[in-house]
Amino acid sequence: MPWGVSYFLMKNSEYAMHDRAKATRTTPEQAICGPDAALLASIAESAVARSIGNTPLHRLRRYERYLGLPETIELHLKAEWVNPGGSIKDRTALSIVRAAIKSGQLGPGRTLLDATSGNTGIAYAMLGAALSFPVTLVVPGSASEERKRTLAAYGARVIYSDPYEGSDGAIRLVREMTSVAGDDFFYADQYNNPANPAAHVATTGPEIWRQSDGRVTHLVAALGTTGTLMGTGAYLRQQGAVQLIGVQPAEAFHGIEGLKHLPTAIVPGIYDPSLPDRIMGIETEAAFEAARALARVEGFFAGSSTGANLAAAGELARELASAGQAARLVVIGCDGGARYLSTGLWELG
Amino acid sequence: MASESTVQVLIPTPLRRFTDGESRVEVSGATVGDALDALEARFPGIDERVRDDSGQIRRFVNLFVNGQNVRDRDGIATPLSPGDELGIIPAMAGGSAA
Ligand SMILES: Cc1ncc(COP(=O)(O)O)c(C=O)c1O
Repeated sequence: MPWGVSYFLMKNSEYAMHDRAKATRTTPEQAICGPDAALLASIAESAVARSIGNTPLHRLRRYERYLGLPETIELHLKAEWVNPGGSIKDRTALSIVRAAIKSGQLGPGRTLLDATSGNTGIAYAMLGAALSFPVTLVVPGSASEERKRTLAAYGARVIYSDPYEGSDGAIRLVREMTSVAGDDFFYADQYNNPANPAAHVATTGPEIWRQSDGRVTHLVAALGTTGTLMGTGAYLRQQGAVQLIGVQPAEAFHGIEGLKHLPTAIVPGIYDPSLPDRIMGIETEAAFEAARALARVEGFFAGSSTGANLAAAGELARELASAGQAARLVVIGCDGGARYLSTGLWELG
Repeated sequence: MASESTVQVLIPTPLRRFTDGESRVEVSGATVGDALDALEARFPGIDERVRDDSGQIRRFVNLFVNGQNVRDRDGIATPLSPGDELGIIPAMAGGSAA
């Protein structure tokens, strides 16, 4: 598909449509009115919303043996792909949506709008369908076919941003759209919305603490918006001396879905660089390799960012082993492998 | 042997540090592989991001000639015609230079 053409056609029609509304940009403080009681009640009743979170934490005994780790080093994987939308971003989206309904920012006449490389978009689209609010997403044109079709299945409106501009291009396009048509949209802004890390303070963190019997020593979490590490990390830090490890692509040019190379990207507003103890850079090939090994050794089919987390955890585990330390590492399993079937991750051969 | 064609290469943001910030550069080559060689000669470091040590296109990289993935054609041997657009895109777009 000639992306450039569709992108510019889209740009012109969208802009013509919204040009009339010279409204100011929606800021988090600008509520339309009080909370929409019916919408709030629909969250409580929604089977989809209620099945988000409470995911299993699996000890990876076979993968530990595959890496040749001593008994004293444990790897545990948080299986986020069992969420109804298939990824950890269901938690983020639900938290953002709930907060926006409570504050009155999301209600009648407002469409949820955000830039997303895929998983958060799928979660918003799912919640929009389950709770009856419209969703418009700006997605880089390079997103995988599976993601595009999943968004369409839930009935979301999708605008593709220039694939050569990556996820930051999607962010910039959303900012332009809100600046010309602010009042039509609730800009969810997952990169700057405190409800993103708050989701993990309230759910992911406590689940991990409970499931690891309060004995987690290290948290390994990939960095996209950084919400997972910021929220889960902040909670675990309050409970005990847990080391917080952030994982990012080693290179600016990479193929690990959902992740940001922070030195060259727009740094998310929710990111606090003083929280992580360490940031590890993982090559795309190493991330793919770990995801493939996980599938073959454990039978868990996960995506490339889970692979990046596992590759980082493996490196760390070996360091700890050679230092003779005991450890219980908790690794985030961000999403499942099926979302990448058309990509190089599972290419045969 | 096919003759050289002058083509436009579309550069994604994370590779623009090699092209002095240019999003579009012109090179000549008869095939995609030739164009990548010419690109490397002008902007050293770019080719190893796109191809691995054995010269294969990295798994996570997609190359498009006029919007068509070269994996569905002849890979790096895909021929180029004058005025073609050769696009380089990481299979999944993550963060990029602001
Ligand atoms: C597949 C995948 N892994 C990891 C992440 C990173 O999570 P976070 O945004 O909480 O940093 C994302 C976020 O978009 C994602 O889609």
